[in-house]
Amino acid sequence: MSAPQPRDGEVEDQVASETPAAAEAPVVLELTDVVKIFPGVRALDGVQLQVRAGEVHCLLGQNGAGKSTLIKTLAGVHTADEGTIMWQGEPFAPANPQAAMKAGIATIYQELDLVDDLSVAENTFLGHEDRRFGFVRRGAMARRTRDILARLGHPQIPPRRLVRSLPAAGKQIASMARALSHDAKLIVMDEPSAVLAHDEVGNLFRIIRELTAQGIAVIYISHRLEEIREIGDRVTVLKDGRTTAANLPARTTPTRELVNRMTGRSIEYVFPPRVAPEDTEVLLEVRGLSREGEFADASLTVRKGEIVGIAGLVGSGRSELLETIFGARAADAGTVIMDGHRITTVGGAVRAGIGMAPEERKSQALLLDEPIYKNMTLSSFATFATVGFTDTGDERKAADKVAASLELRPRDTGRAVRTLSGGNQQKVVVGRWLIGGTKLLLLDEPTRGVDVGARAELYQVIHDLAANGVGVLLVSSEVPEVLGLSDRVLVMREGHLIHEAPAGDLDEATVLDLVMAGSLLEGELA
Amino acid sequence: MTDTQVAKPAPAPDAPNNKSRESWFKGDAAEPMRRNLGLVGVLIILAIIGIITRPDLYGDATWVSNNVFTILQQASAIGVVTVGMTFVIIGGGIDLSVGAIVAIAGVWSTTLATQGYGAAGMIFTAIVVGVVVGLINGVLISYGKLVPFIATLAMMVAARGLAAQISGKQTQVSANDTINSIASTKILGIPMLVIILALVVAAGWVLLNRTTFGRRTVAIGGNPEAARLAGINVKFHTVLLYALSGLCCGIGAIMLTSQATSAQAAMANLYELDAIAAAIIGGTLLSGGRGTIVGALFGVLVFSTITNLFAINNLPTEVQNMVKGGIIVAAVLVQQFRYKSLTHLLGRTKS
Repeated sequence: MSAPQPRDGEVEDQVASETPAAAEAPVVLELTDVVKIFPGVRALDGVQLQVRAGEVHCLLGQNGAGKSTLIKTLAGVHTADEGTIMWQGEPFAPANPQAAMKAGIATIYQELDLVDDLSVAENTFLGHEDRRFGFVRRGAMARRTRDILARLGHPQIPPRRLVRSLPAAGKQIASMARALSHDAKLIVMDEPSAVLAHDEVGNLFRIIRELTAQGIAVIYISHRLEEIREIGDRVTVLKDGRTTAANLPARTTPTRELVNRMTGRSIEYVFPPRVAPEDTEVLLEVRGLSREGEFADASLTVRKGEIVGIAGLVGSGRSELLETIFGARAADAGTVIMDGHRITTVGGAVRAGIGMAPEERKSQALLLDEPIYKNMTLSSFATFATVGFTDTGDERKAADKVAASLELRPRDTGRAVRTLSGGNQQKVVVGRWLIGGTKLLLLDEPTRGVDVGARAELYQVIHDLAANGVGVLLVSSEVPEVLGLSDRVLVMREGHLIHEAPAGDLDEATVLDLVMAGSLLEGELA
Repeated sequence: MTDTQVAKPAPAPDAPNNKSRESWFKGDAAEPMRRNLGLVGVLIILAIIGIITRPDLYGDATWVSNNVFTILQQASAIGVVTVGMTFVIIGGGIDLSVGAIVAIAGVWSTTLATQGYGAAGMIFTAIVVGVVVGLINGVLISYGKLVPFIATLAMMVAARGLAAQISGKQTQVSANDTINSIASTKILGIPMLVIILALVVAAGWVLLNRTTFGRRTVAIGGNPEAARLAGINVKFHTVLLYALSGLCCGIGAIMLTSQATSAQAAMANLYELDAIAAAIIGGTLLSGGRGTIVGALFGVLVFSTITNLFAINNLPTEVQNMVKGGIIVAAVLVQQFRYKSLTHLLGRTKS
């Protein structure tokens, strides 16, 4: 991790090198020193953003940099605690999403918020239906929707078609139709290309160009640098909730510059010192694993006592890969061998000694109203039982022991899991597999929703496990985490494992570059 | 997340680091206990209403003890069916076909051909029919991926149809003295039917609270995805749950047949609704993951006590049904209020 670090907290404004087209256009949105505080964290900590009419303004930043909080503040979901937001020359503080919509700011979220069983027209005018005497004027709405769809270059979509029957690209257009029905002057798009196939992205860009030609401004969020280069006019980079670079020209700013602005986050990652194990025996061997539309031809090994990290963006197929290794999804092709056993089901994986801490802790791993010890023995209570009769006393003793070794707080394992903090809930999930004597642990985003102090503890737990001979395969969106924890790093991009190297040979900028651009720009990276 | 928080006592004033035996009554078991006490309170209130409205009857001690057994006997068959239903609901499902399963099991076991095999043959038939129909429900839901509501709704209609077909829409009289005498036999003064109910409830309680089967049921109902990712075979277990419900229906069919000395396609009418209602007012969460057998038993007793109260006052059943509906709504409202205040309390102590 020796990439050149940018100066902290300073914003470099490069107004001079703006693209000529946008330079004369009036500024429609201006954020100055915007701060948003959530309990225990400054999610936004001094954001500057300036958007001109008719431009595509790209927002760049790693996970947790504050992009989501920022767009939710613009959309009226959150209210800024400090700083000023000027919208079309007037102070702007929308009380709710409706107010933001009315003011002309429309947001298209990554998970499109459409109602599948309503028609395109009904979705377009959802919440502000064309009514007369309490009756919806279906004909008028359909006509107006047709006009909007024509404006978007898609007159072929029938307004009365159910949204359910549209492909992903069609749904996105329905979302944009809704934005335009509000007469939006600014459209915020959160990773719109994530759900689209390659040729559909081209279509999306054509629509964006048509919108900007009509003077509508677009804030475009994407992790894919090539898209930003193609569609963007200017780029603003966020890090730790702060603007680290504003108004960089999207086409000409070197990749190294952009990546450097995003890296070197100041969150303290305390990684215990680590010595990679010598050539130990191979625990897990994955060969040519594929699942249609999710990932293809994935091969990897994990050795005893080794920590292997997979770096990749959300949607790169990394969680799906992990779940397929665990037997929770059926593979289309390829094999998973654990300790000589072929794995095809979750039951088989557990018996062979694999454990998984899934991405969505609450919905995928925990019985929130049940006590800690019952959650810890969820995968092993049968082994404590005698002819089907459970032994909660022994279960509890085993859970107490693991809770002590994980420094779980509170230590009372009779408490309901719901009452624990995120970090301690994660410890319960990890503890579940320790009780079962797991040999290989699959960790999907192990520190999501975990505060900084508890993170360090979890890192220590993971290292201790590896020191005791447990193999670990972990996935994280946080590049520093993957680098700091792992012995070996795999980079996943669009369903493919594109790079593998010892963690010591990689730095944050290189990995980020691989994750976002898909190639090492050798010439640019010093 | 500081050390001061750790030192803070748990929200419940009882159970300071409880040890084995104590934890049976306190800690996580305490909340359902308290809810059951509420239902006992309701029963007492109903008894008091009985005393006030019919002081003449309640003055007679023999009548009172007989009446208590009458209530328990009325509760027996539906009580057994409710135990199975409670398992299904805790496991995240619903079984609308229980009444129909009782009918098909009762009718099948009282055909002339079956009666030829004697009492053992009749009991065996009722139980096998119940379990098999439950298995079909379970397989349709687990492996056919039908929504439980739809699968068991279809079974409710189909099983009643088959029962009518087999019986030729006739009432089938049981000529078997052993079966018929179950309802009139008493052991140590306690009616046989009440003993059967007690045994089934006890077995249900042990199964739910002391076995791996019960633990899996709670896990699957509470969070099916977490259960699956912990290595539990959710589909197979779901099949077993519906089979268990079918088994209870088979037992219930024999009990009802014995009481009426006959079986017919229309028997156990609306049992599905009574069983669901009893489980719910007994504290079982309709979305699964939480519930108690004892609570469900109290739910059944509340209903049969109300029925009895109306009977001794010679009031029409129409009014009785209205009161039942009101009680269901009131019970769920009280539950929601409790649950909210509980989570509110937990939320407060967390911050």
